[in-house]
Amino acid sequence: MTGIYAENSEGIFKKSVLEAASYASQISTDGVTAICIGSPNDGEADKLAKYGITKLIIVEGLTAFDAQNYGKAIAASLTGIKTLIMANTYEGKALAPRIAVLMNASLATNVVALPDTSNGFVVKRGVFSGKGFAHVQLSRDNKIVAITPNSIELKENQVSIAVEKATVSEAGNLTKITASNKAAGKIPLTEAEIVVSAGRGMKGPENWGMVEELASLLGAATACSKPVSDMEWRPHSEHVGQTGITIKPNLYIAIGISGAIQHLAGVSSSKVIVVINKDPEAPFFKAADYGIVGDAFEVLPQLIAAAKAAQN
Amino acid sequence: MSVVPDTTTKITFTDNNTKFNTAGVQFIINPYDELSLTKALEITEKAGGSVTVATVGLAEADAVIRKALAIGANDAIRINANPSDGQFVAEQLAAIAQQGGYDMVLTGRESIDYNGGQVCGLLGALLNWPSVNVCTKMDVIDGKAHFERDIDGGRETIEAVLPVVASAQKDLCEPRIPNMKGIMAARTKPLTVVEPIAVDGFGQYNGFENPIAKQAVKLFDAQNAAQLIDALKNEAKII
Ligand SMILES: Cc1cc2nc3c(=O)[nH]c(=O)nc-3n(C[C@H](O)[C@H](O)[C@H](O)COP(=O)(O)OP(=O)(O)OC[C@H]3O[C@@H](n4cnc5c(N)ncnc54)[C@H](O)[C@@H]3O)c2cc1C
Ligand SMILES: Nc1ncnc2c1ncn2[C@@H]1O[C@H](COP(=O)(O)O)[C@@H](O)[C@H]1O
Repeated sequence: MTGIYAENSEGIFKKSVLEAASYASQISTDGVTAICIGSPNDGEADKLAKYGITKLIIVEGLTAFDAQNYGKAIAASLTGIKTLIMANTYEGKALAPRIAVLMNASLATNVVALPDTSNGFVVKRGVFSGKGFAHVQLSRDNKIVAITPNSIELKENQVSIAVEKATVSEAGNLTKITASNKAAGKIPLTEAEIVVSAGRGMKGPENWGMVEELASLLGAATACSKPVSDMEWRPHSEHVGQTGITIKPNLYIAIGISGAIQHLAGVSSSKVIVVINKDPEAPFFKAADYGIVGDAFEVLPQLIAAAKAAQN
Repeated sequence: MSVVPDTTTKITFTDNNTKFNTAGVQFIINPYDELSLTKALEITEKAGGSVTVATVGLAEADAVIRKALAIGANDAIRINANPSDGQFVAEQLAAIAQQGGYDMVLTGRESIDYNGGQVCGLLGALLNWPSVNVCTKMDVIDGKAHFERDIDGGRETIEAVLPVVASAQKDLCEPRIPNMKGIMAARTKPLTVVEPIAVDGFGQYNGFENPIAKQAVKLFDAQNAAQLIDALKNEAKII
């Protein structure tokens, strides 16, 4: 039996959960059970059914995230499930190892492709911060596969879904959340399909209006290079690269970023890379699919105008 | 603390793509572990106690471990084994932590070579301690740990009882660098080598590959930037 952990984001199953569902339903022959903590919104279970989930177990009784208690609750709901698929989000990374110990499983995180099951169960995972991939054989009977958001294609597989409820007790929380601050309405960078990113070439924070305008026209999230967040031109949460966030959008547009190896480590798995830089020798062009050698201050207004025109 | 290739390393593989090619590679303290080490020093300077560095690795890790001692750790333990995967590493580190006396075990958010991001949570579960990952702040006040951590789309603050396992995210602190006095002192600090405990296998790395090399970039004229939007829409079909 195959299962997924369906991370509940304020009642909603995000794309990364649907990717886990697609993954699980393509490797399972006898249905897929999803486990979710707390009740999802109306209609959300149907979203799972569209991607092959045959049963949803809603675990009630936990009011606040605690990795230890969540891990225990999920592990306790896994009756019969030998392979668990989940999203490699921050929440997934907090929980997957805890569940792995409880279910005595082999654990692979950062997985980017469906497994090769021709001889055992071999997954492909990202290693060396975007500079390589490894093929790892998971040898235990129980397995947890945590997949990188945006690496598994959604595949519809409409089934009917049964919903069950289970209750656990919250006793023994050893952590307590004292405050939480989520940027409402903004797409988390790791899940964005398009990212518009800018570097020191933008000269100063006052020039980010153009970057944000292009991003909003394209429905993109914004990101930046490390020096830009170090100088506090932009929030630290936007810093991508080896020491920042690793992203894998369909489209990454880099404006005034040189393309240092540490920057590339966080973005080189993007499907299409566009580079705008006034220096034709900028190393980023070697990693780019499309490029413009030019001054961002001349190029961006044209792109904004063209993006506006393309919308109409 | 994990010992990893320098961040500028060009990654290649040998032996028919079954091994990482270490020829000419310089090894460093995993950048996130530099942060957790510095934070451990800051916490013990304030709240008392000492800092032990534990690394699963073979003898070639010793030079990098000495660097951690030079930065300020009191002593070090090397578990003499090839760190074959995160689960194996966590079992070894848990065995050390179980010997007792530790109030906090700090790891990095992930190792920049194997990018598992697993060891913090695995240790928490193996030790039956709470685990708090991707922390941007850590503090111990009156015997209680306080953290700020990244969550999907934001940040939260969280308290935990000791003992606790936590992992370091960027922004946690400015990493310290060794000074001359530290380097001299490190020579005589204890670095104990212990043999690994037996662990049932979890898996095996069968082989590696590099990302597929990109085709040459397609350039557009800066005077005619609108063509780029057209290409993204009609050629790449991505916007
Ligand atoms: C251990 C370590 C970890 C690191 N981690 C990261 C990381 O995670 N992420 C990261 O980004 N960096 C990281 N770095 C830093 C990295 O090495 C680079 O210094 C950094 O990425 C450079 O940022 P940048 O491209 O914005 O700035 P610069 O290197 O200054 O490049 C600016 C670019 O803008 C171009 N430019 C200037 N003016 C214009 C204009 N008007 N129009 C168009 N283009 C223009 C220039 O030609 C240049 O290429 C790390 C470094 C180390 C040592
Ligand atoms: N071989 C190792 N020895 C000691 N600690 C390690 C080792 N490998 C990983 N770690 C710790 O676990 C963290 C996360 O590693 P990983 O789960 O492999 O990404 C690292 O930042 C280290 O703190």
